[in-house]
Amino acid sequence: MSDILSMTAVAARQALDNKTISAVELTEAYIKAADDTADNNAYVLRTSDKAMEMAKASDKRLAKGEAGLLEGIPVGVKDMFCTKGVETTASSAILKGFVPPYESTVTENLWQDGAVMLGKINCDEFAMGSANETSAFGAVTNPWTASEGPLQGKALTPGGSSGGSAAAMAARSTLLAPGTDTGGSIRQPAAFCGLVGMKPTYGRCSRRGIVAFASSLDQAGPITRDVADCALMMTSMSSYDSGDSTSIDAPLPDLMDAFATAKNKGIKGMRIGIPDEYTVDGMPDQIASLWDTGRKWLEDAGAVCVPVSLPHTQYALPAYYIIAPAEASSNLARYDGVRYGQRVDGASLDDMYAKTRGAGFGDEVKRRILIGTYVLSAGYYDAYYIKAQKVRRLIQNDFTNVFADVDALLTPSTPSAAFALGDESKDPLSMFLNDVFTVPANLAGIPAISVPAGLSSDGLPLGLQLIAPSLREDTLIKGAAILESAAGFDHVASGAAS
Amino acid sequence: MTDNNSEQHAIDTSTIQKIARLARMDIQPEREQALCGELSTIISWVEQLGECDTADVEPLASVTGHSLPMRDDVVTAGNEPDVVLSNAPEEASHFFVVPKVIE
Repeated sequence: MSDILSMTAVAARQALDNKTISAVELTEAYIKAADDTADNNAYVLRTSDKAMEMAKASDKRLAKGEAGLLEGIPVGVKDMFCTKGVETTASSAILKGFVPPYESTVTENLWQDGAVMLGKINCDEFAMGSANETSAFGAVTNPWTASEGPLQGKALTPGGSSGGSAAAMAARSTLLAPGTDTGGSIRQPAAFCGLVGMKPTYGRCSRRGIVAFASSLDQAGPITRDVADCALMMTSMSSYDSGDSTSIDAPLPDLMDAFATAKNKGIKGMRIGIPDEYTVDGMPDQIASLWDTGRKWLEDAGAVCVPVSLPHTQYALPAYYIIAPAEASSNLARYDGVRYGQRVDGASLDDMYAKTRGAGFGDEVKRRILIGTYVLSAGYYDAYYIKAQKVRRLIQNDFTNVFADVDALLTPSTPSAAFALGDESKDPLSMFLNDVFTVPANLAGIPAISVPAGLSSDGLPLGLQLIAPSLREDTLIKGAAILESAAGFDHVASGAAS
Repeated sequence: MTDNNSEQHAIDTSTIQKIARLARMDIQPEREQALCGELSTIISWVEQLGECDTADVEPLASVTGHSLPMRDDVVTAGNEPDVVLSNAPEEASHFFVVPKVIE
């Protein structure tokens, strides 16, 4: 059993093709792993019967030589993706009981390619959070634990908002996990759980059927065990979709080929920028030194690393915390107790709306709706929202300027390793700071990837981030392949199924 | 920022009530005081954007730079009232039911 669970998706695909395992055996192993690790609260809904049906269908297609790109690969789906006939709640009480009559484009792409759905996975409510603590289903526990130091013996956060997805990946209760990333919600949990997480270029993966948080920032992407799996899964997830008006109609570069090229030939001549402004106060020495080590790894593979400046970096987080709540307050206006979701009756229509929303949303979501409503309200719109959109352009210009000279940027993924559950939830600002390195790529709409690069002194995963210009996911895969080889990160979480 | 300014920008309970009303979202009275502090902290933190010079900068609403795609104005789906209403908290005769809105 443990041999099965230790295979990457690429290895499992090969084993399925070679008939050394069957899709049913693979799916059964993951269903058992999810049973064995249920304490981490990663799954909010298990669809084991459906998974077994899908696995049997995969075995038939494998036998006929009609296997798809992800044939027979078990996938746990973040509860932000609508799944036809399967309850979808965005981990919010207001959507309890909502059964979508349609499938999101991203998950449809996965099923079309033969993937097997294990169930729906916990996340921060409406993906608003950085510790998976705002979920109506309760917090998720990181399968990683500190081997020493002040965090030893404490339950740690897997990060957020795709915290359940990252925890399930690290616990080996799923083999692939699609996430969504509005300000770092794929990359930060991937970093906290020793995984690869990519936020592609805005528009690469369709937003159709993904519960909307902040539409100009939301982007789906893969959370995987390694870089080759990321290339594979991204190839399946991405598509042009006329059902999303901001979908990009441009071919995805051949990411598997980019991976192979980097592995075989290195990245000679690739220019990597090291942004001065990503050195932040209070960043632990070991993150700074890991960043420096990452630079050397890329240089050893032939890259040329140069210092660059992104002068408006410090304004990214405050701009994000105007734009994202503003868009959220508008998007979440749809939860009114009329067409779907929970309703609390009231004396009038307005009273019904207010009671429904007051009862259905959790504290963090309410806080963001209030901030968004405030910054969009009469008299404040120009001072906050328009100002933030202007700053957003300056941040995008910063990236455009440096990408005239470099192919990609190397930064840490997060300013710390995973922290204890409950430690930062009382202070919204310190929670926001988790996203200091990840938010700028969302604001600029450009792709970025987090790669596990080492362990902290107390034994917790740390990630390095690469950021590339629009549409250059191939550059990310190449750089990530080099970082992965050099880091040789082969640690497994203590809470992983075996 | 001077004390005067921070007082000027602090969000008080009447502001909380006003924006909660705009958002059609009940706030428990015992949460109002805490929300004043939380929102004031966040709002004064985002006000650091004021020090960033944005003269002659166009606001950025879309990162793609593409114009919105157009399609023919034709019916491509629909006539599925049962599907549309399948998640309605209350429905009758293929309509969503809401509290009475006309006095």
